[in-house]
Amino acid sequence: MIITLNCFASLKPYTPDGGTLELAEGTTVEAVLTRLGIPQEEIRLIFVNSVHVSPDTVLKDGDRLGIFPPVGGG
Amino acid sequence: MDKILRIDVGADGGPALREEPVGDYAGIGGRALTSTIVCKEVPADCHPLGPENKLVIAPGLLSGTAAVTSGRLSVGCKSPLTGGIKEANSGGQGAQVLARLGYAAIVLEGEWNGEDLYKVTITKDGATIETANELKMKTNYQLMEKFQETYGSSGAMLSIGTAGEMRLSNSTVAVTDKEGRPTRHAGRGGVGAVMGSKGVKVILLDGAGTSMRQPVDKEAFSDANKRFNEGLKKHAVTGQGLPTYGTNVLTNVLNEAGGYPTYNFKQGNFPDADKISGETQAELEISRGGVSTHGCHRGCSIQCSGTFLDKDGNYVTKQPEYETVWAHGGNCGICDLDAIATLDYLDDDFGLDTIEMGVTIGVAMEAGLLKFGDADGAIKLVKEVGAGTPLGRILGSGAATAARAYGIEKAPVVKGQGMPAYDPRAVKGIGVTYATSPMGADHTAGYAVATNILKVGGDVDPLSSEGQAALSQNLQIATAAVDSTGMCLFIAFAVLDQPETFQALIDIINGCYGLSLTADDVVALGKSVLEKERDFNARAGFTAADDRLPRYFRREQLPPHNVVFDVPDQELDQVFQW
Repeated sequence: MIITLNCFASLKPYTPDGGTLELAEGTTVEAVLTRLGIPQEEIRLIFVNSVHVSPDTVLKDGDRLGIFPPVGGG
Repeated sequence: MDKILRIDVGADGGPALREEPVGDYAGIGGRALTSTIVCKEVPADCHPLGPENKLVIAPGLLSGTAAVTSGRLSVGCKSPLTGGIKEANSGGQGAQVLARLGYAAIVLEGEWNGEDLYKVTITKDGATIETANELKMKTNYQLMEKFQETYGSSGAMLSIGTAGEMRLSNSTVAVTDKEGRPTRHAGRGGVGAVMGSKGVKVILLDGAGTSMRQPVDKEAFSDANKRFNEGLKKHAVTGQGLPTYGTNVLTNVLNEAGGYPTYNFKQGNFPDADKISGETQAELEISRGGVSTHGCHRGCSIQCSGTFLDKDGNYVTKQPEYETVWAHGGNCGICDLDAIATLDYLDDDFGLDTIEMGVTIGVAMEAGLLKFGDADGAIKLVKEVGAGTPLGRILGSGAATAARAYGIEKAPVVKGQGMPAYDPRAVKGIGVTYATSPMGADHTAGYAVATNILKVGGDVDPLSSEGQAALSQNLQIATAAVDSTGMCLFIAFAVLDQPETFQALIDIINGCYGLSLTADDVVALGKSVLEKERDFNARAGFTAADDRLPRYFRREQLPPHNVVFDVPDQELDQVFQW
């Protein structure tokens, strides 16, 4: 299956080329983060299809995953 | 800060200045002071542009001291935009200089003769006022050109552009930054129009010869300030995120969360969001030789701002804020950062609130006056506002007025004030704040986005109605207190997550004034401010029906989550029951 992945702000360099990843069925968000080598302590927000989720979420084909470090503004 | 300067523009023989001891108003600052004076001295049923209204300008309790990030200025009055009480809050140098000059507040009052414009100058030796009709219809940057040498590097200028002079309901009081530019604004609610209704065009604050305010307990103050600063530096948002990307880092976050109001609040995703994101903006600014880390006033340790240059390296404006980039960008379907920077400059120059202006253009687009995405058309409209054409005056009177003039329902406003950059259907906590804040739709009044989306200060599901009223209540109380200290609201990111940083803030206040306040006292202060503001609004005619979002937010679903605003009215009515 293929998902879209975007890493933002200071994590932007971890976004894979083309912004997509091919994964085995049943892959979790956590496994993706490990595969990309993103330090866990730098991750604050994980969105799958616009919903805030925990790292143990299982991904599905066509999902859109967004990863953010701690950010704020207003 | 032991005196108040009152300027009666209607005195016999011309405007009269009077300095008086702070008296009954001692011990409060910022929003607490502006709201207390307005509540006590302004008849709630008066016309906002009439002689009974007053404009109160007050630095925070800690402004002018060595306390870091304490340079916020409060500007209060009865609002011409909402018809209720208003406190508009600005960064820039104004609060620090005014506090060092010894003033707890400036109050503009009385009946203007309707013709003459005035210039007020305040130095360490006192205040003077003179007629300055040569300033008629000058813009804020033109005023800067004229007076920068007068207020200089140690001073500041407070001014109204053409919008305030025309007494448009969308008009600001501009405050200069540390470069002397009019880039910071007490933006919301039309406070510039009230300054215009007193005929005061510019207030020059000369800081020469003044010194930093000294705390009562130097050692305790200094120790607390150090701990507080360490707390800001340690927190990932105030120490890294805001300095690196500025507030516009939120574009991608809100867009990813499906809560980014797009095409006049039609949907929660903007397909071109990345083109105007904080990441793209910072990269562009740096590539052109600008800076993406910059403080709006001396003594800020967060440094969320920057400088935006054009492709040839010439200054355009300060780094446009998230709210501005959204209002003129995604909300209007515009994805060109250069066009947005131009709109930001024009808003600053004419003295227009960027949120209200962008929301109004979104309404004009909804009405078919121009197409979504038409950046040139948007620039043309803002120029019409600045010049005061008949169309410009309609648009300069805010989103609610524009919607009425064009006969459309979809004006995203509460109490007549345009909604900021978070859709209340997909970020329900902020919807409660929009609905119930005495200020009208105002994200800063109780920034539930922190907890709903950013997961700072806890985690409350943005898509569920549960817990949102309590969240908004707590944040509105805390914000009313913070707005009274002169501290930038962004300290809240660190204060909400780190109890020791909250304690350091209380210790700063205690060290400064020789007090022994506790966290409970801070909560009591916040509640008392809100109670006064609610009391004023009730006397101005507001009822529970005014504490509601426009009905279509309950009726029309917002993609991609396909949600409506569903926090029950009964819960909205409980927000101020404590």
